[in-house]
Amino acid sequence: MANVERRSEDGGTLPITLVPVDGPDPRAEGALVVPRAGIGRSLSAPTEPPDAASVSGSDPLDPEAIRRDFPIFERDFGGRRVAYLDSAATSLKPRSVIDAVDGYNARYSANVHRGIYALGEEATAAYEGARDKVARFIGARDRHEIVFVRNATEAINLVAATWGRRHIGAGDTIVLTELEHHSNLVPWQLLVQEKDADLEFVPIDEEGRLIQANFDALLRTKPKLVAFTHVSNGIGTINPVREMVDRAHAAGALVLIDGAQSVPHMPVNVAELDCDFFAFSGHKALGPTGSGVLWARRELLEAMPPYMGGGEMILEVHLRSTVYNDVPWKFEAGTPDIAAAIGLGAAIDYLSALRMDRVREHERLLTAYALDALAHGVPGLLLHGPHSAGERAGVVTFNLPGVHPHDVASLLDREAVAIRAGHHCTQPLHERLGEAATARASFGVYTTTDDIDRLVAALRKVQALFA
Amino acid sequence: MDDLYRAEILEHYRHPHNFGTLEHPDVTQEGSNPLCGDRLTLMLDIDEQGKVTEVAFTGRGCAISQASASMLTDRIRGLSLAEVSKIGRQDVIDELGIEISPARLKCALLSVDTLRRALEDRVAWQAETEEEPA
Repeated sequence: MANVERRSEDGGTLPITLVPVDGPDPRAEGALVVPRAGIGRSLSAPTEPPDAASVSGSDPLDPEAIRRDFPIFERDFGGRRVAYLDSAATSLKPRSVIDAVDGYNARYSANVHRGIYALGEEATAAYEGARDKVARFIGARDRHEIVFVRNATEAINLVAATWGRRHIGAGDTIVLTELEHHSNLVPWQLLVQEKDADLEFVPIDEEGRLIQANFDALLRTKPKLVAFTHVSNGIGTINPVREMVDRAHAAGALVLIDGAQSVPHMPVNVAELDCDFFAFSGHKALGPTGSGVLWARRELLEAMPPYMGGGEMILEVHLRSTVYNDVPWKFEAGTPDIAAAIGLGAAIDYLSALRMDRVREHERLLTAYALDALAHGVPGLLLHGPHSAGERAGVVTFNLPGVHPHDVASLLDREAVAIRAGHHCTQPLHERLGEAATARASFGVYTTTDDIDRLVAALRKVQALFA
Repeated sequence: MDDLYRAEILEHYRHPHNFGTLEHPDVTQEGSNPLCGDRLTLMLDIDEQGKVTEVAFTGRGCAISQASASMLTDRIRGLSLAEVSKIGRQDVIDELGIEISPARLKCALLSVDTLRRALEDRVAWQAETEEEPA
């Protein structure tokens, strides 16, 4: 443990007890809900070798046990539990996260970094403790590199509005990809319109993988920034981030990674990825809505102008000038979503106890199971994205010929099977796929093969209805 | 799930009435539902007495939006604009005769909202809020 002091907003000093970033395994810290493991139905998919970085199938997650930690599965949907297959939109929340949020609101709901009294210090310690958990979870070397925001969208907008407005000028190029969520597209459109700069896009192949030769060609135009998603929320493609980062850096570009769909589902280490900016949403990672994170290298954050002005982001304010606070607080103007940050910390404890290599292996096996079950169980179904589960996260996107995805989703809802239908905030990707809309089933730690069996059975009923 | 869509809805979806284009329409109006990417193009022939003599639509969409367009175009052919102006959003919901969840309301109302925009210069529409019908 280290004690540091930081000037509080009202001029005093405020001791904050910090857990070092390279501190002990969170499972050793006590007071965590350790998910049960080792019983129940396990998955096997002999045709799919495990990821190189992943554990073998000998230590699989037990989703049935995990479900007992998620109160939503106690709800009755016409005699059934919900088959929740929309985790890419937002994840369900375990009891420990709900309790962490409730605990803040019920027992110590004071503001952070202000009150010189026990409740305020307790709130500050919990909020800053959550920052330490995030730093450790994503492999940040320095807790000052973790900026709390509302979601990945806000993180990307923050970078575009601060680093982007300072460093992107007329004629500069930003390279994106055809896979991007609107949140990693529209902020850059706004920036290049303002600066008279250009956007270029790495295209995808027939399986929804980025065409690396085109990426290399675009790098020869010397872009200032390359921004792309770690995992496609639209079709599940896992991009080769480290290799792309290395090549972008060699070409002189900085790299922003949208990690909204990777952080909840696989081990992520920003130091190993060697990127410059990394954004993710807490609410897709078992945390509360309103929790999100921007990570950036400290020297970048320190050189960036503030995003919003107000309280907390300052050290000294005079009528005509202000001395800004240190990073990351410089970017956290106003009272933050304290409860959400604390809840995100609890979500990270939960995921850490499960171990992200096991989470990835669970979802890879589920994806292989789903691809096989859908291809063989639903005649004529059109599957999008990479064919191999090793190249994709737990996102399975499809069209049922002759039936609009909205009808599919409405009819599946009658069977308490919850999927997403539409363009999933990726309209350019859908133009590329030649579909106005698709249906998408996406998985989480609590997803079981039974959920997928129910999906397949319900799709067959839809087919029969429309035949 | 069989109870969600009546057989008549599915029949209109499979074989929509008035699906196609008019050669020289007096009015053409496009409508879209950004949520699901549905698009609808509505074409009307209107004679000098202000009567809808012919109507057609094209586009793609879900069963609810296609069936509602099919039913609505059936309903307005031969009506005067004064009669058309009395058709409200709730009438369209009632004619579909199925439970429409809030998320699907835009699908159900795409055709009538497109019709209202198509005729906004010609018809004094009966006042109706843009809110969802009760």
